[in-house]
Amino acid sequence: MQHLPELLARFLIGGAFVCFFSALAEVFRPKSFAGLFGGAPSIALATLALTIAEKGKTYASIEAHFMICGAIAFCCYAMTACWILRRHKPPALTTTLALLPIWFAVSFALWSAAR
Amino acid sequence: MVVHARFAAIKGIKLHEWIIRFVAGGAICVIAGLIANACGPELGGLFLAFPAIFPAGASLVEAHEKQHKARIGYDGTVRGRQIAALDAFGAAMGCVGLAGFALFFWLWSPRASSFLTLVLATLIWLNLAVGCWMLRRKMIPGHKTSHRVDAH
Repeated sequence: MQHLPELLARFLIGGAFVCFFSALAEVFRPKSFAGLFGGAPSIALATLALTIAEKGKTYASIEAHFMICGAIAFCCYAMTACWILRRHKPPALTTTLALLPIWFAVSFALWSAAR
Repeated sequence: MVVHARFAAIKGIKLHEWIIRFVAGGAICVIAGLIANACGPELGGLFLAFPAIFPAGASLVEAHEKQHKARIGYDGTVRGRQIAALDAFGAAMGCVGLAGFALFFWLWSPRASSFLTLVLATLIWLNLAVGCWMLRRKMIPGHKTSHRVDAH
């Protein structure tokens, strides 16, 4: 079990990075460009920096290797969300939450193929 | 439409919206760390690209557009969802950059300074994401539909 200060640091740094990229997404126009920041490496920057400090470069490098699978899955998930929102115009929150299994399915399929 | 920045837009973000983003981002960082500890870096790595704040972000984009239209007496429901679709497309382009970020970090981090690797990987993300976005606007004829939505 990780120590509480370490978890707290992860929480605070992760939250700060996500807020920073969210602020950038609010600032830029047009909206399709601002959307790029939805796929920003906010979680990765916070986590990898802390992982390097705690467990070393090799461990962080393995995490980054498998992060590629997660990123491809995120791309499939976002493209599907875009298509459904554009074609059928359902509520955004319901759609994006209902489609999360796509991320899990694609990322775990790629993960099992890659390991 | 040319890309531009409107810094005043930050003032429009409500406190509860900042809190939602902060908590969701912080929580997924903690969860990724716990999963990596329990199951190893292979599984933990997957969650570094988890769309943690994407659903909240898309719904806030929709809500903002709806409120904007309501202020001038229109029902912005459909338009809000169109804008959320554009946001999702942008996120997909950002994910191409995210995969580039991860690939570069994986290959470079064992042999270079950690800080430099993170900075270069972030620049690679930015270049790939912006490059894909520009390519899509130039190459795909259908982009004119979204251009019209963007422009208002």
